[in-house]
Amino acid sequence: MDILNALVAFLNFVVVPGLAYGSQLALGALGITLIFSVLRFSNFAHGDTMAFGTAFVILFTWWFQSMGITAGPLPTALLALPLGILVTVAMVLATDRMVYRFYRKQRAKPIIVVIVSTGVMFVMNGLVRMIIGTSEQNFTDGARMMLNPQDFKAATGLAEPLAIKTTQALSLGAAVICCALLFWFLQRTRTGKSMRAYSDNEDLALLSGINPERVVRITWIIAGALACIAGTLYGLDKSYRGVVYFSLLMPMFAAAIVGGLGSPLGAVVGSFIVAFSELIVTSAWKKIFGYLFPPEWLGDGLYQALSTDYKVAVSFGILIIVLLIRPQGIYGGK
Amino acid sequence: MKKLLLAASACALMAGAAAAEDVKIGILIGFTGPIESLTSHMANAAEAAMAEVNASGKAKNTYTSVRGDSTCTDAAAATAAAERMITAEGVKGIVGADCSGVTRAVLTNVAMPNGIVMVSPSATSPALTNDPDNGLFFRTAPSDAREGEVMADILTEKGVKSIALTYSNSDYGKGLAEAIANAFTAKGGVVTINAAHDDGKADYSAEVAALAAAGGDLLVVAGYLDQGGKGIIQASLDSGAFTTFGLPGGMVGDSLPAAIGPALDGSYGQVAQSDSPGAAILVDMGKKNDPAFDATSPYTPESYDAAALVMLAMEASGSTDPNVYKDKIMEIANGPADGSGVKILPGELGKALELIAAGKAIDYDGASGVTLIGPGESAGRYKQFEVKGGKYETVQFR
Repeated sequence: MDILNALVAFLNFVVVPGLAYGSQLALGALGITLIFSVLRFSNFAHGDTMAFGTAFVILFTWWFQSMGITAGPLPTALLALPLGILVTVAMVLATDRMVYRFYRKQRAKPIIVVIVSTGVMFVMNGLVRMIIGTSEQNFTDGARMMLNPQDFKAATGLAEPLAIKTTQALSLGAAVICCALLFWFLQRTRTGKSMRAYSDNEDLALLSGINPERVVRITWIIAGALACIAGTLYGLDKSYRGVVYFSLLMPMFAAAIVGGLGSPLGAVVGSFIVAFSELIVTSAWKKIFGYLFPPEWLGDGLYQALSTDYKVAVSFGILIIVLLIRPQGIYGGK
Repeated sequence: MKKLLLAASACALMAGAAAAEDVKIGILIGFTGPIESLTSHMANAAEAAMAEVNASGKAKNTYTSVRGDSTCTDAAAATAAAERMITAEGVKGIVGADCSGVTRAVLTNVAMPNGIVMVSPSATSPALTNDPDNGLFFRTAPSDAREGEVMADILTEKGVKSIALTYSNSDYGKGLAEAIANAFTAKGGVVTINAAHDDGKADYSAEVAALAAAGGDLLVVAGYLDQGGKGIIQASLDSGAFTTFGLPGGMVGDSLPAAIGPALDGSYGQVAQSDSPGAAILVDMGKKNDPAFDATSPYTPESYDAAALVMLAMEASGSTDPNVYKDKIMEIANGPADGSGVKILPGELGKALELIAAGKAIDYDGASGVTLIGPGESAGRYKQFEVKGGKYETVQFR
């Protein structure tokens, strides 16, 4: 029974949140890694693109709610998501046309484009503030819990609760579907193959007749859609505040670099490594150890390696270690 | 014989003239600075109390006010203003100062060396409780530490043995959490964890995981209801870590039950709020007064009470010497221990003077329900509530 309790506590406080958070990171990191492999720069504006897309999803959600349209037990935001994706894609394509294309034509160095993307980030951030403001917006509706902790306790008779939020399950499901679609697209379709070819060797790809502008456009469309989905899921699961997406940049970049920048599979694996490291390092293990070991073995400590205030430092630490020891990442990116 | 009578009556006349002093009372609050929007109401309320005493015609002295600017933040300016009040204007008591920092400076540097009584309507720092004051310092506002004691009382009465405690990472949250932890531990309770949370984050599940690991009968959230406090409660409910919450004053507002829903029912706590009938009376008086003041503005009832206490103590002791009348302030505020003192509300200062002249005991309740405890600070009134059906239902006042 004690071992079961320890297992449930571990599931409840580490596995379930880790899977949800990792899924949200993965969708964001995939966009970063795609842009890096095709357009060859680190897009610092990605976090604020997520905030921008989510802001529109929220506006459409409110519109649907005001008309009385809901998705039953699922959040209404899922219905609004396609519209939000359209707006986000239009926004990133317009940004590319107005800003990045100029530097691409100039064949500017990647570091210059990185700084340009920082500028885009500030503009995007300002737009989000103007559109939806800086305060917290609540747009979650539908059934909040898929597995209610009190119901679980009553059903199993265990001392420890297990809770699964609808939005956590949605995050994992959306990540699985998006990844499957993306990998199928990259491996099996002609357009996907042309993207990979362009990413591997730009000059050879151009010689074999691949239209570079088309590849760039499709990359932006996919990255914009992923950003909007990731932002919406994060906003649904945690809470929406336009300014917090900027702070997601660090774990997302850490994830992409751990997996190997430019490798989509690496981005997904890296995201879960970052998510679980953050949770395992900042989690207090007192309760779980308390079930596994006799009480006299344990003192009064919380068995917490790092205070939760230092959560961000964990992804930063992973980033530095990977860059020092294996800069190409797990799957050997660029 | 005739001469003797004449001399005696002349003496009596002179004694009468000497007794009917024109007494100046200083009002030392921040007419400029961060709380300037409050101070005009505070000063008008204190002056209304003086006008009321003068108009009753039953006082031995006539009272006038001398205003001084404490600036709330600049200790040097506040000290200079207090110095000028005492040396140039000759005030016999000070209503003030307002903010805790300048109050401590004026008390140590001016009031104690000159032996002047200070009654602050708004200094709430717990540090003032233990500061040396030669018995000259009083306050009609409760110390911030008081809420911790009240919360510990409520928790103990509910049979809570251990609490997990989290606070907003701010001066307010930290001070309050310390007060709650100290008071609850002193009552034999166990604080399993005392951890800060930062406001404005999107996700509090990691903080809640640490709190859940430490465990406890319930989680006390010393934060803000529209900020991290709400996030902590939401994340606790979502993970099933805690189901009942202790809610101090910063967590009281209709937006919290609206955001959390029925899961908040059963949580309880306290908020500074007076059930004193005097508060409503002062609101009416403030509207009719010239110049009008808003008695619902913070610390305005306390200002009226501070001025009233100083004057009543002077009248009861028959002296304007701070070292004499300072001993009367506690007696006036609390009445005799058996509770036989006649309760005095705002607008009844004339009646209070009559009772004092007749040698009867009074228990000054005033606009803020004044009861002084410890070294002469207000016990404050707190509403103990429990959340039921999304409403903060009053359980009792304490």
